[in-house]
Amino acid sequence: MKIHLDTSAPREAQAHDYAYRFVFGGLVTALAGVIAKISGPVVGGLFLAFPAIFPAACSLTQSHQKRRKAEAGCDGTARGKNAAAINAFGAALGTLGLMAFALALWKLITITAPAITLLVGAAAWLAVTLGAYKVHECL
Amino acid sequence: MTEIALRFLIGGLVVSAFALASDFVRPKSFAGLLGASPSIALASVGLTLKQHGATYVAIEGRSMILGAVAFLAYAWVVGQVLARSRARAATGNALFTAVVALPVWLGVSFGLLLLFSRMRL
Repeated sequence: MKIHLDTSAPREAQAHDYAYRFVFGGLVTALAGVIAKISGPVVGGLFLAFPAIFPAACSLTQSHQKRRKAEAGCDGTARGKNAAAINAFGAALGTLGLMAFALALWKLITITAPAITLLVGAAAWLAVTLGAYKVHECL
Repeated sequence: MTEIALRFLIGGLVVSAFALASDFVRPKSFAGLLGASPSIALASVGLTLKQHGATYVAIEGRSMILGAVAFLAYAWVVGQVLARSRARAATGNALFTAVVALPVWLGVSFGLLLLFSRMRL
């Protein structure tokens, strides 16, 4: 299936969905900073890859699928669960991109300008993520 | 205190931006890939760099690789549990399973850290 944008999807999300993501994302980022301050960069670095939005993303995927089916007069319980499982497997693939970003950060930040490191890291993340998805699609 | 508040604000914004992006993208399996975006790292790096310098960020980056491997294990476990659960069982609830499985991330990340620190000795 070709990757595309579905502009109807954000309309499904409600204000509390966004508030939840903002608060949870902010808390985890602040917590990662506090942990790094207490335990140092070796332990703190682990938390840069903490699954911050993953539980919320899975839960929202499940509830949106369930709601869609309910609106059509069907029971979407199983459909919602399966959609959340697909989301989780997608995130597992996406971690390959996260590793590429971390590798770029590790190897480049001391030898190039921070902006270039972040740009290369973001490009590596996107390229590896897209590549992993394409390979997965071919299998 | 100001630094924590700033991290909270920047983190909340960056994480929300990635979450919003994943709402737009289809198919859902690709949108899931954005769930593993480097949102916390992008939100933190600027502040950390300013306070502690590049070497400190490089060490964090090296540990982040281990955290990402742990994320891979964690997401795979959550996917397997959800796929194999009955729809109405507690483990069929995505939020419940994702929260209950968080020790997988903690265990794998700290286990790898311990392993690699021992190998270096």
